[in-house]
Amino acid sequence: MITRLSHTCVYVLNQDSAYDFYVNKLGFKVHTDVPMGPDARWLTVTPPEQPELEMTLMPIMEGNMFSKETAEQMRNLVKAGSFGPGVFECKDIYATFEELKSKGVVFVKEPKQEFYGIEALFKDDSGNWFSLGQKG
Amino acid sequence: MEQDSYPKIYLYKRIVQAKLFIDNNFCAVINLDDVAGEASFSRFHFLRLFKNAYGKTPHQYLTYKRIEHARQLLKNGSSISDVCYHCGFESLGSFSALFKKVVGLTPTAYQFQQQQASAAMHSSPIHFVPGCFARAILG
Repeated sequence: MITRLSHTCVYVLNQDSAYDFYVNKLGFKVHTDVPMGPDARWLTVTPPEQPELEMTLMPIMEGNMFSKETAEQMRNLVKAGSFGPGVFECKDIYATFEELKSKGVVFVKEPKQEFYGIEALFKDDSGNWFSLGQKG
Repeated sequence: MEQDSYPKIYLYKRIVQAKLFIDNNFCAVINLDDVAGEASFSRFHFLRLFKNAYGKTPHQYLTYKRIEHARQLLKNGSSISDVCYHCGFESLGSFSALFKKVVGLTPTAYQFQQQQASAAMHSSPIHFVPGCFARAILG
């Protein structure tokens, strides 16, 4: 029986820039940051109040998983905003929206009441879309 | 933005400014009454709004920021006394007691544990990467 999700993956265009976005803007904590060869790091971050879920900020590299062509396609898809990797929750969406906006986070939807709660939408520095939600 | 879809924007802006002030100055001596004053709130009103927004009182949040920063400095190898004073604590005794209460280990034990883990990871990082990700990151 599967009990929980421990790791998830967000493909990013640049790990240095992703580090700055997720740590310095979103306020996530660095769980692991270790060099893995000349071009990549094993970089995982956790939401501030969910230390058991590691989000891997994964570079898109040519190799076992991507050919040169598919890596380029993947980069273009990420850049174009084709992926919505997840939903973040917060206690107060209006305060969180104001804070993230003041730090330069780009929102594509301001907080709005939906059937499932109040939701805003923002993009990370690579182009991935995330929902920001407050239940209720 | 419509007024009814985004209530009391000016309050949120002020609470956020207060929170960012703590984020940027938690290493210094901070008088939280001053922070409330800067945000133009009475102390009681400030505490209530801050806790509603962040789930912690300003004092709890300040402590949280200091302990988190202390964890990071300890991981990076700073001495216990440097960490204590760089994180805004006034004495080693109060820092160590609070750190143990929050983290469950003394600063010394925490630093030892983290440095052991870090050394193991740096000596053989691939052993710490789940297989589904290792394929991608090893190229």
